[in-house]
Amino acid sequence: MLRITGGKVHDPANGLDGVVKDVCIAEGRIVPQIEGGRTIDASGLLVFPGGVDVHSHVAGAALNFARGLTPENYRRAISFLHTPEHRAGLGGITPTTFATGYLYAGMGWTTVNEAAVPLLSARHTHEELHDTPIVDKSCLVLMANNEIVLDLIEQGEVERARHVVAWLIWAAKAYGVKAVNPGGIVNWKFGRNANSLTEPVDGYTRTTPAAIISTLAGIVDELRLPHPLHIHCNNLGIPGNASATLETMRILDGHRAHLAHLQFHAYGGDDWLTMRSEAATIAEYVNTHTNLTTDAGAVLFGDAVTITADGPWQHLLHELTGRKWGNLDVENETGCGIVPYVYKERNLVNAVQWAVGLELLLLVSDPWRIFLTTDHPNGACFWRYPEIIHLLMSADYRRECLAKLPPKALKRIVLADLDREYTLSEIAIITSAGPARALGLSQKGHLGAGADADVTLYQENPGGGVMFAYPRYVIKSGEVVVEEGEIRTVSEGREFIVQPSFDESIEDYLRPLFQKAYTMSFDNYPVAMERLARPDIQPCK
Amino acid sequence: MITLTLKEPPSVPLEAEVLSPDVMAPLANDAIRALPVYLGKRQRRVDDFFTVEGAASDELEIRGDVGRVKWIGRGMTRGRITLVGNAGMHLGAYMKGGTIEVSGNASDWLGAEMSGGLIKIGGNAGGQVGAAYRGSLAGMTSGTIVIEGTAGLEVGMRMKRGIIAVGGLVRDFAGLQMKGGTIVMRSGAELRTGAWMVRGTIVSLTPIPLLPTFTYTSTYNPTFLRLYAKHLETLGFAIPFEDGDGAYLRFTGDAAVPGKGEILVWKAAHQS
Repeated sequence: MLRITGGKVHDPANGLDGVVKDVCIAEGRIVPQIEGGRTIDASGLLVFPGGVDVHSHVAGAALNFARGLTPENYRRAISFLHTPEHRAGLGGITPTTFATGYLYAGMGWTTVNEAAVPLLSARHTHEELHDTPIVDKSCLVLMANNEIVLDLIEQGEVERARHVVAWLIWAAKAYGVKAVNPGGIVNWKFGRNANSLTEPVDGYTRTTPAAIISTLAGIVDELRLPHPLHIHCNNLGIPGNASATLETMRILDGHRAHLAHLQFHAYGGDDWLTMRSEAATIAEYVNTHTNLTTDAGAVLFGDAVTITADGPWQHLLHELTGRKWGNLDVENETGCGIVPYVYKERNLVNAVQWAVGLELLLLVSDPWRIFLTTDHPNGACFWRYPEIIHLLMSADYRRECLAKLPPKALKRIVLADLDREYTLSEIAIITSAGPARALGLSQKGHLGAGADADVTLYQENPGGGVMFAYPRYVIKSGEVVVEEGEIRTVSEGREFIVQPSFDESIEDYLRPLFQKAYTMSFDNYPVAMERLARPDIQPCK
Repeated sequence: MITLTLKEPPSVPLEAEVLSPDVMAPLANDAIRALPVYLGKRQRRVDDFFTVEGAASDELEIRGDVGRVKWIGRGMTRGRITLVGNAGMHLGAYMKGGTIEVSGNASDWLGAEMSGGLIKIGGNAGGQVGAAYRGSLAGMTSGTIVIEGTAGLEVGMRMKRGIIAVGGLVRDFAGLQMKGGTIVMRSGAELRTGAWMVRGTIVSLTPIPLLPTFTYTSTYNPTFLRLYAKHLETLGFAIPFEDGDGAYLRFTGDAAVPGKGEILVWKAAHQS
């Protein structure tokens, strides 16, 4: 039992904005009142619900490939030495599994959604999530380039496709459905990309990216998954891609959807020389369409490693930068590319990207529908989130940073005109309450009775967002895991999964397709329930 | 002067980046003895392996065969290390300044990713001299490495600036993926010299087998080599540059990348 007393509570989901109030914890949950137990004096501290990352890449085959491809990053990374409290690990741009858990928790974030898992490597992903301590986890399974699903869309068998999608989610022990560059990765296997949403995908006559998007969004809604279709639009990173993003959002009319890392999809212009921000247009559309949520995918200057299932884009990036390139083909499901990258302040394109992320966060007026992410490790590492919070909370600091950009860049962006400054409660929404709601996790992101006792205490600092880097206390499921800025106890997080209903006989349909097209036996394909250490099945409502 | 004498060679490699003037210069004898070194995964003290004489000096002499002691002079910025005997791997890696002199042989990764200073080896060196560590974009970015004997594989791999001079034969892949800087080889090299080189200069005083992706362009005595020759002469490494003595055949490549590097092969005046 634990009582946090005297702190200013920022719990936007329950309408509390800096109210001094006791927070009581018993058996891992928030309760209205307790008798006895430990008391933490939080006077002078801010009490926030633990952070929730709606889109991050922290485990699985692609991330491991990136870890292996960039040994140079680890030579500069902070190291966690083995102690009685924690395991050894390395931080840096793609932290190792244990370090990932410590770094998230050390920053006050307690729930992480791994956003891209091919079913074929889901087993591996769960093993790594199991070794990512403290935080609760969930993962999304990749679907928009899965040949079995695409074949059913081609044949107009939406009903059967729904059963297949549900089966795939359960087989992967996933929490939702991710669509990456719909059709584009199928085309990549023919050496092309899918730049138009209405052109049929290679090997199909009727299946277009648009059809894949609308079918999957419909299926996710029908299955009543707690998290809507999580979509990475076509033409990521390419100047002028805002039109494709708008078209995707129009296709999604009438469906719930979450648009991932919107920054990478909000560019105008015709080429790299004329690239400009279209954040205003995109934000306006998001503002007027409440069926959509999004996350920023903001960019910070410095080192990054780009990892995405978007194979064709990664090949282009490799050709642009001359940096090393890794490419994976995941049988009938998807692909993946890795390119290390440095975002430079003096580079016009990077300057525009940096501004677009912030512009979206400032121009989307409802904080409940845009969340703080960097598409870790693509735009920046997750442990740099406090830098973005600082930028959001201080227009003066943004102007200081703007002064360092190339003068040409200022004509391509609107950031200089934006005076909005985030309030503490708005920060609590974009880092916790909002993403928890978008993920459909009613026990996360708030401090009302019954919620999971994930609480972060920050030292109040009028200087802005810097205080978010080093919380004084972090409480996860009622246990004090960080105290005075140090990790004290290491607990094991849960894994959220869903079990959508499907017709069992769908396996009779899938089995022969598998035996024909996969290198793996059908029976070895699904992840068995006992592979998950602490599964927590969330209801489909 | 601080003198360290090895008691007996360790059975497994000893990691000893504390053997550096930057670490030892401000310390008393007691403190130097207590510095941590790693034998495998176990932390030990310097005086478990060395007898330590002297204190508070940026001149360091290490006696005995320290061929199994790694990382000596790592990242050093000043002072001098003299090794009487052989040196282990990663000697002078990341060093920024100062001098390291070895009377015996050195091992692999000598002066890897160094950005300044001077390393002189009396005997032979291993592979990856002045190279980039795996995954890094660039190897040495400044400084000088002079080796009297032979050198191993991938000498100057991905180096960006600086000079490596080798007296004996150099093994395969000298200047692999080289981005700049100069490698001078008095006795030539084995195969695939300058493979994937983008820029930089490789000078050989004896004929070497060239990759088919290098093209002959001209025969001349580059002006800059006079400057380099004078610098190397002060370090006891002479190379010819007078017109009367001969000239360099210039080959450019590696066309496979494509690159604008050059390989200069000396042709003495009396050769036909």
